Amino acid sequence: MSAESWVLIWESLLETIYMVAVSGAISALVGIPLGVLVHITRPDQILARPVLHRVLGVVVNAARSVPFIILMVAIIPLTRLLAGTSIGTTAAIVPLSIASIPFVARIAEGALNEVPGGLIEAAEAMGATPFQIITRVLLPEALPGLIHGMTLTLVTLVSYSAMAGAIGGGGLGDLGIRYGYQRFDPVIMLATVVVLVVVVQLIQSAGEKLQARCEHK
Amino acid sequence: MIRFEKVSKVFRGSSGTVKALDDVSLWIPEGSIYGVIGSSGAGKSTLIRCANLLERPTAGRVVVDGRDLVQLSPADLRNARRDIGMIFQYFNLLANSTVYENIALPLKLAGEKAARIEETIAPLLELVGLEDKRDSYPSQLSGGQKQRVAIARALASQPKVLLCDEATSALDPKTTVSILNLLRDINRKLGLTILLITHEMEVVKSICDQVAILSDGQVVEHNDVESFFLNPQTDLAREFVRAAVHEKPIEDLPAGIQKEQTEGSHPVLHITFLGNSTVQPLITQAARQFNLDFSIIQADMETVHGKTMGFLTVEVVGDELNAKSAQAFLRKHDLQVEVAGYVC
Repeated sequence: MSAESWVLIWESLLETIYMVAVSGAISALVGIPLGVLVHITRPDQILARPVLHRVLGVVVNAARSVPFIILMVAIIPLTRLLAGTSIGTTAAIVPLSIASIPFVARIAEGALNEVPGGLIEAAEAMGATPFQIITRVLLPEALPGLIHGMTLTLVTLVSYSAMAGAIGGGGLGDLGIRYGYQRFDPVIMLATVVVLVVVVQLIQSAGEKLQARCEHK
Repeated sequence: MIRFEKVSKVFRGSSGTVKALDDVSLWIPEGSIYGVIGSSGAGKSTLIRCANLLERPTAGRVVVDGRDLVQLSPADLRNARRDIGMIFQYFNLLANSTVYENIALPLKLAGEKAARIEETIAPLLELVGLEDKRDSYPSQLSGGQKQRVAIARALASQPKVLLCDEATSALDPKTTVSILNLLRDINRKLGLTILLITHEMEVVKSICDQVAILSDGQVVEHNDVESFFLNPQTDLAREFVRAAVHEKPIEDLPAGIQKEQTEGSHPVLHITFLGNSTVQPLITQAARQFNLDFSIIQADMETVHGKTMGFLTVEVVGDELNAKSAQAFLRKHDLQVEVAGYVC
């Protein structure tokens, strides 16, 4: 493989990392609080708001049911508004984030549901405020589950980011399609696949290590 | 210290309403260990959860340390709760936090500084005997050690009251004893008022000063523990006491004891007494004086509230009138005597 090809792969890898890291961070920053909100508004939880809980559930489900490639095209006006352009790597971050926020929210809600109700009660008995219950009990106890969920999210984002090529997002997936599929260059195709596999492996094993470190059950 | 005044709690579910507490009034004096006993579903849990308003009563007042919790604003209630420690059947420790962090939780919630937290926790670890487990996680501890952590955590905010919700029910008998001793210690050392609920009479017998029986959401009997064991007033209380002193109900005894007196049958007496030195001569004396034979069907000595108590079931053979006089004689000497049945 030529030096030029290596440069291409390297640049695409950086683009992929950029898209995945930024949209992963945004999805955690928005998705986890959203998951907390969905959880605590459950009828049996600390801020029971059954109607809000149901509305949020419907919104999260609706967002999750749109296929990513369609979502990406459908929200182009929003992307233009937020990123200033609808084309390019930065523009791709908008649909990637929007697709992964409800995903993270659902996973966070699931992790929070696993926290035993007795712990919440014990904290209430100590005079904890609802905010303290979230920050001192719910999130620390759900942390291993949240890390597991974020690992899943990042791996999913790597595969979604391959579709970002459709709006000129670049990245490894885009490189694989342009060079491997459209130009019949099996070497680059194979190389991008290998790099993607390595990236996913790294994310997965880093996530597992981090999770094991926080888990003391 | 804690006063329940006409407390009722009604749960409304899809299958109708359940009255978990029905006009309960109890007074738990400062510095005492007060046990509430009852079968499952009697409303014990609801009662103790009303003492810090984890459960809000439908009616009535819950006064702790002079404050009616029901009237407090959410912020005042949170403050009041800091003076009320609570431990639970399944410990409720944070699994991903160390022993130290668990005990520190109430202090962190109250916004204490790290140095102050350290100062408070070191003696607590010593008190519960877990100095060497400071950095362990709950999963590395035994059930008894977990409950010790929970006790230290409950004491961290220096409460005036400790609520124990079936605190020993998930522990084996040996561990139960060590936890009960610890609770007794804390009660004495810190003058802490303890309200506990349990279905185990063993707990009442060994550490409680006073006891109340709850049945179908109502207090059927309450008394100091000695009187309760010596002279239970209701059938339910008698049942609990019998079970606690390993006394078989007369139906389960051999020899065909009946409830009703028939021609030529002899009475079977339950005799309960405090201390053990005076009883033997009294019974011998009664036998001699009234020309009766006492044959012992079952006997048990128990330590209740630190005192020795005896529980005898005897068959009295002899003249019917003399047997009645003997009962009066024993009663006169402060023995509790009750006719349990008759045997031919």
